[in-house]
Amino acid sequence: MLLRKFLAIIISLVVGIVFSACSNSTQSSGSSVEKTELKKLDGFDWKRFKGEEINVMLNQHPYAEAIIKRLPEFEKLTGIKVKYSVTPEESYFDKLTTALNAKNGNPDVFMTGSYQLWEYAPAGYIQELDPFVNDKNRTSSDYDINDFFEGVLNADKWDLVPGHKVGTGNLWAIPLGFEINVLHYNKRAFEQAGIKNPPKTFDELIEIATKLNGWNGEGSYGIAIRGTRSWATIHPGYMTSFSNHGAKDFEIENGKLVSKLNSSKSVEITKKFVELIKKAGPKDWSNYTWYQVSSDLGAGKAAMAYDADNFSFYNNKEGASKEAGNLAVAPPPATKDGDVGSNMWVWSIAMNKSSQKKDAAWLFMQYFTSKEHMIWGATQANVVDPVRKSVWENQGFKERISKIEGYEETFKSIIDNSTIKFTPQPEFFNTTTEWAAALQDIVNGADAQERLNQLANDINKRVERLRVK
Amino acid sequence: MQVEHKRGKFVQADSTTLLSNEEIKIPFLRKMRPYIILSPAFLLTIGILIPFGMAIYYSFTNFSFKYAVYNWIGLENYISMFKDPEFWHSVKVTIMYAGLATVIETVLGVIIALLLNRESVIAKSLRIVLIFPLVIAPVIATLIWQLMTNNSVGILSKWLRMVGVDNFTWGADPKTALFTVLVIDAWVFTPFVILLVLAGLRSLPKAPFESAMIDGGSAWFTFKNLTLPMIMPMLLIAVLFRLMASLQMFDIIFALTRGGPGNTLMTLPLTAYTEAFTYKELGYSLPYMLILWAFVYLISHYMVKYWSHTQKKASGK
Repeated sequence: MLLRKFLAIIISLVVGIVFSACSNSTQSSGSSVEKTELKKLDGFDWKRFKGEEINVMLNQHPYAEAIIKRLPEFEKLTGIKVKYSVTPEESYFDKLTTALNAKNGNPDVFMTGSYQLWEYAPAGYIQELDPFVNDKNRTSSDYDINDFFEGVLNADKWDLVPGHKVGTGNLWAIPLGFEINVLHYNKRAFEQAGIKNPPKTFDELIEIATKLNGWNGEGSYGIAIRGTRSWATIHPGYMTSFSNHGAKDFEIENGKLVSKLNSSKSVEITKKFVELIKKAGPKDWSNYTWYQVSSDLGAGKAAMAYDADNFSFYNNKEGASKEAGNLAVAPPPATKDGDVGSNMWVWSIAMNKSSQKKDAAWLFMQYFTSKEHMIWGATQANVVDPVRKSVWENQGFKERISKIEGYEETFKSIIDNSTIKFTPQPEFFNTTTEWAAALQDIVNGADAQERLNQLANDINKRVERLRVK
Repeated sequence: MQVEHKRGKFVQADSTTLLSNEEIKIPFLRKMRPYIILSPAFLLTIGILIPFGMAIYYSFTNFSFKYAVYNWIGLENYISMFKDPEFWHSVKVTIMYAGLATVIETVLGVIIALLLNRESVIAKSLRIVLIFPLVIAPVIATLIWQLMTNNSVGILSKWLRMVGVDNFTWGADPKTALFTVLVIDAWVFTPFVILLVLAGLRSLPKAPFESAMIDGGSAWFTFKNLTLPMIMPMLLIAVLFRLMASLQMFDIIFALTRGGPGNTLMTLPLTAYTEAFTYKELGYSLPYMLILWAFVYLISHYMVKYWSHTQKKASGK
């Protein structure tokens, strides 16, 4: 009897705790775009926040390694103590999202991708940076925000209106490094097959890639492309060709976001891409992440790869891969006349809106996105592609990339047409993951038009749930 | 003098009360002893009940990591879930996966345990070696299998090509994806069934088997009428554990195909994870988890009942 009473008390306590916890959460959730009031400072000084301690959350990446290596110099310059954590990418964003949702100001600064900003900014997790960048008392005079590539900096700007392009509205993060998507090819494979130049059009790409199947013995094939059931399958080669072909993911119709994934242009380019995968891609394509694509290129399994430009950079280093020295880079193949560009992935650094040490956090962000750190990262570490124009003019960096045939030329030929080609909206990861699942179905035999109709329909239902105007 | 303890009072045989509990002063700590002993269990219960209660609460809201504000929306998440064809697809995949994995592992486990239940050197060595997959984390095991089944460099694909099977793409093909994850599941978890069944086999009394042998009972007769009923409680524990774990299976499928190709392997836990962490829709993902919990609870409840019944039967009660 007593035990039952005791249990009843325990259960009532638990129910009480649960509901009070939940009601607290409801109260604490506030407006998403509150302007931050910053106190006035008197002149810029690296030492102003000496003695403060900030928490930084980093993804396991060469850009993070470059930051960690130079932390002692930052701490010496500013007197700010930095506590950091490094998490592998597989679980990084899960951990980061829950940390930001806690709204306790930890971490103060974090690494993020630009696509993630479309979720974090409307939720009110991120500090808008314009008040910091534009304040001469907070930003060093030699910082030079105009030195960033326009398309790259625009990737981190958005006005929070679903459907409005990047480059509008607040600046939510500062780019650390980025990737554009290009065609990597193995010069040895091309020589063996008597192919003189990399393909310029998508049809040529299909033809050459098919010809190169089996070029290096059993199991070798024409072209490596990502294929897992993940948003990461869509954004490199596929989205680059999709946008170069003139297809669009969304359009605003009668004030509503409407999926255009079943448009004729979308179906055309999807069919072409699927043809490429079926004829010359890896047979187990739907298991391919960036890692398999990069390692097959380096190991001489794939004759080509259509993915991030730094794959050749890393694989071409002496001793880094079996095919080191044989890899070269060319622009993405065109599907129609006109200039080609690339979709972009940008790693950036952002500030927690709930941070209690915003000025110290901004000094950290400023230091690790400064010209000086970027040049060091690009010449002494592996911070490629650098986001500042001045670094591309640096002799040391030019020498470094000159070892990769076509790297600089390709970059210069497409950078002006390159930015994020997706339509910003908070359901990005949902729509692109479902898009990848549809692409897998089409490769496995589903009718492209029918499957894309179904996908567009599903996505339209999903975006109806959007709770931002 | 005969003294009987009746509802907290010491009573003499002639019904005269000698002393009551109130009159015997029991120290406070002694009184609290049962609760102190049970307190870790209570704490654990609270630790389980708080997230469980919160999960139920949030399943009635549109809580999302993408928005600062959430609202109470009643049964909307449940209604959307039941209306969604993907939910019914994930229920089907979950049941198929759990059912097939449990049957395969149980049958294989029993056969192998019977083969290992002898005192030869080979059996002794195999008993140790066969446990190895069980000490490997399922994710690691999946990565090993992913390499082995890779079409370019995988050893299994190479062997298949040697025997003329050129286009077997394992987890990458919707037709063979379920088969592939079941193979990995069986490789990792069959040793668990072997262990339990072997322990059961080695604890059986010898007399009934000797009698059956003297009476000329065949091996099948002995297995059907003696071994199987006697190891049934152990077998049911193995089935219960495997069924519960297979219904909740996440790591092998996620590491191998992320639920693909297409939606082929989107089980309930995988759909819930994708909704909660990829799409950040925690409120919408929770009904999936709660339905899965109800499944697991009901199945385990009836299996535990059945287990008690078979245990009594096996011990001749």
